[in-house]
Amino acid sequence: MLKDVTLGQYFPGETAVHKMDPRTKLVLVIVYIVALFLAKGAAGYALVAGCLLAVVWISKIHLKVILKGLKPLMLIIILTAVLNLFYGQGEPLVQFWIFKITKQGIENAVFMVLRITLLVAGTFMLTYTTSPIALTDGLESLLSPLKKIGAPVHELAMMMCIALRFIPTLIEETDKIMSAQKARGADFESGNILARAKALIPILVPLFISAFRRADELATAMECRCYHGGEGRTKLHALHYAGRDYTAYCLGALMLAGVIVLRRFGL
Amino acid sequence: MENAIEIRHLAYSYPDDTATEHVVFQDLSLDIEQGSFVAVLGHNGCGKSTLAKHLNAILLPEGGTVTVYGLDTKQEENLLAIRQQVGMVFQNPDNQIVSNVVEEDVAFAPENLGVPSEEIRRRVDEALEAVGMAAYKKHAPHLLSGGQKQRVAIAGVLAMRPKTIVLDEPTAMLDPQGRQEVVSIVEKLSREQNITAILITHHMDEAICADRVIAMDDGKIIADGAPKDVFTKIDLLQSVGLTAPQTTLLLKALDDDGCALPLDALSVDDCAQALFRQISQAKA
Amino acid sequence: MEPVLEIRNVSHVYGADTPFEHVALDNVSLTVGRGEFVGLIGHTGSGKSTLIQHMNGLLRPSNGQVLFEGQDVWSDAKLTRRLRFHVGLVFQYPEYQLFEETVFQDIAFGPKNMGLSEDEVRARVLRAAGFVGITEKELEKSPFDLSGGQKRRAAIAGVIAMEPDVLILDEPTAGLDPVGRESILENIRAYQAAQGASVIMVSHSMEEIASNVDRLLVMNDSHLVMDATPAEVFAKPEELVQMGLAVPKVTQVLLKLRELGVDVPASAFTVEQAEKLLLPLLKGGKAAC
Repeated sequence: MLKDVTLGQYFPGETAVHKMDPRTKLVLVIVYIVALFLAKGAAGYALVAGCLLAVVWISKIHLKVILKGLKPLMLIIILTAVLNLFYGQGEPLVQFWIFKITKQGIENAVFMVLRITLLVAGTFMLTYTTSPIALTDGLESLLSPLKKIGAPVHELAMMMCIALRFIPTLIEETDKIMSAQKARGADFESGNILARAKALIPILVPLFISAFRRADELATAMECRCYHGGEGRTKLHALHYAGRDYTAYCLGALMLAGVIVLRRFGL
Repeated sequence: MENAIEIRHLAYSYPDDTATEHVVFQDLSLDIEQGSFVAVLGHNGCGKSTLAKHLNAILLPEGGTVTVYGLDTKQEENLLAIRQQVGMVFQNPDNQIVSNVVEEDVAFAPENLGVPSEEIRRRVDEALEAVGMAAYKKHAPHLLSGGQKQRVAIAGVLAMRPKTIVLDEPTAMLDPQGRQEVVSIVEKLSREQNITAILITHHMDEAICADRVIAMDDGKIIADGAPKDVFTKIDLLQSVGLTAPQTTLLLKALDDDGCALPLDALSVDDCAQALFRQISQAKA
Repeated sequence: MEPVLEIRNVSHVYGADTPFEHVALDNVSLTVGRGEFVGLIGHTGSGKSTLIQHMNGLLRPSNGQVLFEGQDVWSDAKLTRRLRFHVGLVFQYPEYQLFEETVFQDIAFGPKNMGLSEDEVRARVLRAAGFVGITEKELEKSPFDLSGGQKRRAAIAGVIAMEPDVLILDEPTAGLDPVGRESILENIRAYQAAQGASVIMVSHSMEEIASNVDRLLVMNDSHLVMDATPAEVFAKPEELVQMGLAVPKVTQVLLKLRELGVDVPASAFTVEQAEKLLLPLLKGGKAAC
């Protein structure tokens, strides 16, 4: 059934990585991505990869889980590897027809694959160890300076929170409507693309109407609970930096510095 | 006793294009006493929900006044104070839960009111305790039963520390067990915490335990009094599409057959006792 | 009685081989006869919904067979689809599935899917609308402009228009007021009488069940635990309460009287039946003195 699909890739846990302030994690992911793009040689990549592995180890998330998550990206990774392989400059090592593989090409391919894999795996670590709500809170807090220039930061965070809340409800509802229309003989499985698209109307119309009705009722219920925008709002779980967050920031800075130094030496 | 809500000559009509409940209040006056448990009955479209929405300024009167704890609902600066005092629970629990963690949802209202974090924590725990959902505070609402969801919704309102709770058909979508859970919590809140409870319903059985029953039809109050006074007016109730509890109907049927029976034995126990007395008497 | 629908040793497991594995139906067998009005009760999560979705082939049994007029409905894909038209299923809150521009078109959705001629579709829509009391004027309206009760009726008509031999309804009166409830039940009885159809109705209201059904099925924890007349079922109030169910209010009164030592059978579950039982006791005594 549709509702068995688990949404949001959060694996609850009690490790230091899980407990870290979401803001710290968000900033560190950005630092990590910058470091990844600054890394030039094997030593730089090794440093970044080492840091990621350390985080994975502390968070007790199985490497297998991350590798499984990378699977859907396999095609893109292979394609990048192949393209880089053939676009290298310099003395060809192997040559056939119009293709040539150079030493630089191989290097490029390996680094590109490493870069993509590490990039995706790093962001996975963020969502694996942070609940969607914490993530939203963190984003809102980090982006709050933008409120000064009139950006609707709170509203966006609220929308994200509500969307997360209603995804399972709407999936369940889709399930129900589909069953009900099937009971009236609707056929979603046969026919050409056009026929199949048309067969979706009996599902989509009730789903949209229901979503609008829900939105309307939710808005009233929120008003009844004194919602009046982000102004003067407090939080049940106020974000607090703890010792581990400062340590994490320092380690992140060290990693970035390390990568920059290695880059100067072309490593 | 102090009045929680005073309605004077309320007039209201929906604009024609939103004819979901095309009800007109022409001249409705009503007082609700602080701490009382009031059940409002009426068939679909009789104006119950429209009345409820006037109690916390979701709708504003076109004529007359609605005064909530001395505050006129028409005055905009009173809005937050009114909504904090008069909490509202709706029919579909799914459409009033905001967050995907129970405790975060209960915290929503105090967060909006700018209550400090430690105080929110205290209120959330208290509210969840009051509805018997403390064990579920970290759960995802969509995995709870209907009755449990509705209890979370009540906790979400309680966290504002309101003096009145209005429940607009909170049990319509629940199974009997869920209905029982919700009604007994409402009764408890009213009895133990002196919260005024206004329960809108069309399940007559739920109104039996109220202090006062108000029956409505076509935007008018047609009966208002203690449950045993209202439910004994069976013909009046039936004429507006309502009915009395089965116990009363049974006593009425037997009474019509010529057995002198009191019609105001509403609960199963009272009804059986009344019959028992009569049967023993007949035997003797 | 001629059997129409037969459920033979059906089990259903959700999410087999996952950590969420859950047995929703465990070896359930029952037969529905032609023209019967059957009630189905059980607390939320007892397996009622899973059971009725097997009856019209929306769910495939993990084990066991579903037979319609003696044929295994899963033996052939065409048969499975045809079953949906012979066994009509009205879900809970069916008004949330309305989607067409007019009520007429919405009711016509089922018959059109059956591949009937335009004239036949039209005839069936009009007949179905007649059963549920939808006027010709309302047929031309948008279903979203109807009142709550009328929406519910239009949605039920959408299933009735397929003229099923078995009509299954999951809490058809949920959320309606007393008048709305009674009139929907009347619509259902009218269809049953006119077509000689079987009806299976899921309900939480014991009073509703008591005054409508000939036979009552009770589900508990994925098992079919009772299959008997309402009188036989309601004669076991303790068992029902243990399953999270209740007996009708009137029966509760009679049980209480028995507790008080009055010699009266607890076999009545409507006001009229109880009246008949109690009247001699109340009058009989009087006449004696």
